[in-house]
Amino acid sequence: MDQGLINFVLDIISWILLTAGAFFVLVGGVGALRMPNLYTRMHAASVTDTMGAALVLGGMMVQAGLSLATIKLAAILLFLLITSPTSSYALAHAALLAGIKPDAGRAADPEGHA
Amino acid sequence: MSRASDSPADSQSAGTRLSRVIVLGVLLAAAWLLWSGYFKPLILMFGAFSCAIVLITAYRMHLFDSDVFELRFISRLFRFWAWLGNEVVRSSLEVTRIVLNPKLPIKPTVVEIDSHCEHPVDLTILGNSITLTPGTLTLSIDNRRFTVHALTENGARDIAGGEMDRRVRALRSG
Repeated sequence: MDQGLINFVLDIISWILLTAGAFFVLVGGVGALRMPNLYTRMHAASVTDTMGAALVLGGMMVQAGLSLATIKLAAILLFLLITSPTSSYALAHAALLAGIKPDAGRAADPEGHA
Repeated sequence: MSRASDSPADSQSAGTRLSRVIVLGVLLAAAWLLWSGYFKPLILMFGAFSCAIVLITAYRMHLFDSDVFELRFISRLFRFWAWLGNEVVRSSLEVTRIVLNPKLPIKPTVVEIDSHCEHPVDLTILGNSITLTPGTLTLSIDNRRFTVHALTENGARDIAGGEMDRRVRALRSG
């Protein structure tokens, strides 16, 4: 097969992954702004942590090809997927201990008038 | 690694504990060398320093007192990750739909479940898996009782169904 064609196809795949990843990062940001309180905002932000990070790193892996860089990117993704829920739990649990009510709906939100 | 009894480690297992420390140390050193690729003295010192910190932290967490990882755990882990990845993608798309919906159709729900997991590692995996999945968030873990915040009633139902709990439990002791 033509080497140029293969590279072109890989570039296309990588662009699609990076664009889709950027879309989910954006959705996480929009969601964090639109949601009414702390806990619901964290739900939106976790889209950025999972889909956003996985697709962007996946796109970079396609760019890097079969190399040490790809293994490093996979390791980064693995550690992100383990550490981000850990820190999310720390934040949510701290908020719970600080007395922020988890069942606060949209109406009962004290900080939703931004 | 050998299979240890569930009783707390005492003097009889000091030798196996040391061997676990050595195994982890060798794995960490190999990982460092493979990923850094530099063999300058300063970088190697950093590597040895990092490995030592990880070993000390793991020791203080009593990670060497019992066998957490067995060999058959690995193949199950990849199957679990495949299932979890599928769940994450599914719920990511659901949360994305909600965020982009002008009406923002959310119904925050708090659900409590009693996990069937016992080992702290299992409870950690379950809590993190719940949090990793968009739309559900672990608020607190109190003696196997999980308090989970869900963005929609659908998400709360999924958690209350207990499938994730069952799969995490089967991960290490099925």
